[in-house]
Amino acid sequence: MAEPLLRVEKLVRRFGGIVATDHVSLDVAAGELHAIIGPNGAGKTTLISQLTGHLAPHAGSVSLGGRDITYLPAYRRCALGLARSFQITSLLQDFTAADNVALAAQAHAGTSFRFFANARKEKGLRDAAHAALDRVGLGHRADVLVSKLSHGERRQIELAVALASKPKILLLDEPMAGLGVTESQGMVKLLQELRKEVSIVLVEHDMEAVFALADRISVLVYGRVIASGDPAAIRGNDEVKRAYLGDQHVVTRHV
Amino acid sequence: MKSFTVSKAVTALMLAGLVLLPLYSQLTGNIFIMTLFTRIIILALAAASLNLIMGFGGMMSFGHAAYLGIGGYAVGMLAQEGVGSGWIQFPVALAASAIYALVIGALSLRTRGVYFIMITLAFAQMAYYVASGLARYGGDDGLTVYKRSDFSGLINLGNRTQFYYLCLACLFGVMVLIWRIVNSRFGLVVQGLRSNEQRMQAIGFPAKRYQLVCFVISGTMCGLAGALLANNTDFVSPAVMYWTRSGDLMVMVILGGMGTLVGPVMGAVVFLLLEEFLSQITEYWALIMGPLLLLIVLFGRGGIMGMLGRFDRG
Repeated sequence: MAEPLLRVEKLVRRFGGIVATDHVSLDVAAGELHAIIGPNGAGKTTLISQLTGHLAPHAGSVSLGGRDITYLPAYRRCALGLARSFQITSLLQDFTAADNVALAAQAHAGTSFRFFANARKEKGLRDAAHAALDRVGLGHRADVLVSKLSHGERRQIELAVALASKPKILLLDEPMAGLGVTESQGMVKLLQELRKEVSIVLVEHDMEAVFALADRISVLVYGRVIASGDPAAIRGNDEVKRAYLGDQHVVTRHV
Repeated sequence: MKSFTVSKAVTALMLAGLVLLPLYSQLTGNIFIMTLFTRIIILALAAASLNLIMGFGGMMSFGHAAYLGIGGYAVGMLAQEGVGSGWIQFPVALAASAIYALVIGALSLRTRGVYFIMITLAFAQMAYYVASGLARYGGDDGLTVYKRSDFSGLINLGNRTQFYYLCLACLFGVMVLIWRIVNSRFGLVVQGLRSNEQRMQAIGFPAKRYQLVCFVISGTMCGLAGALLANNTDFVSPAVMYWTRSGDLMVMVILGGMGTLVGPVMGAVVFLLLEEFLSQITEYWALIMGPLLLLIVLFGRGGIMGMLGRFDRG
């Protein structure tokens, strides 16, 4: 196999006595949709935060396209083509949807030390923002303040913002969190489209979505990867069944 | 967008009033009002510069008066040493303010929230005590500026009207500059950082770099106000850097409306006029001023501009 796009090797992160990430290794090949599942508290968000640079690991390494990024700050990783969405929606509340997305495009279109020209009139940035918004189906809400959008719409904006930075790889932290049934289905459809263009690491509770989308699944329990493989293999894995899928009814329809 | 709004009308009235004030003063022979308003305009300039970091950038600096002192002392000290040219004094005032802002900003921006407020306050107090210790330049008693900055005959700062218009031009210039900055790429990044720093980092912006540049721009603008203030009072003393003055500037910004273009100017006008007239009525003017400000801040969220905005929305 060729060099994976994202390679995580023996990553360790402790919080006091708790080992939240316990020697986690995983590879994400270009074009792959790699899902990470695990019960609540398994360390999924901790892992994602180390991939994005919001949290420093205590040991191990992360590399992107063969380049070691373990200790690069978040903004540098983003410049290298790694974009994320947040589990708990994290947007610029007092900005419009279009501004939120345009800023992401701006970060990747030359210097932002420009002090005089009106950035909201830069056609390139606006077009990129509208394209990304159209992509997630929110083109008609471009000029609405994020604080006035519904929860579902904000989840979509999260995705549009990530897309606007033209990433090589998208880290999606529970994009379905808090969405209704129809909204979730819409999101699955959207991800099915996106995966054709970009590699995705998907952290998700919604098992239906995960098994419908993933090429490969890694199962995280107490900070360790207990299994990794294609959906069929994961479904058949006894350890996974015991650790996780046994009480699937508890976690798949969390409210 | 409505073409006529109450806030636009009030803003236009205020700006027109400022432009026409010397005419009024000439007609009525009221010289005092010119002196008062020259001071108001200079402090409005300082408040506008503070608003750039506080209102737009979300950086609560509690040490902004330091720049008033640095700009002022640059003029005063050079004048004392025989350098009377404004062409030298003003650039030195701006450069000194910028350098101070760069150093203080680089250190302060490592902190956030209350700590940022406290550390900027601490640095300004340090500047205050350093100025108090300058025995050669008057120390505690301050420094008299015997001759106003000389702009080789181009403009006479000793002339009340000319000086007034110079200050007003500086204020308008700075406001235009702030407006351009706020809507530029740089300005959007700074405002984005105020709104959600984590998100901005995640989409690829190194926060501190932008905040530091913004901090320096703001400090430099306030240094200009300091240089003008020293010319206005023909005097500079450590007192202009005292923390209560930084507090006054903050109150002006909050009173007028944080994060609005005209708010700080409105705030400075209202604050200083209130101070002036209440202190004529009673010695205990602060007893009236305090609760009044409290009421405006409590019930008029967004300050004066916020209240006018609510009128417009009906």
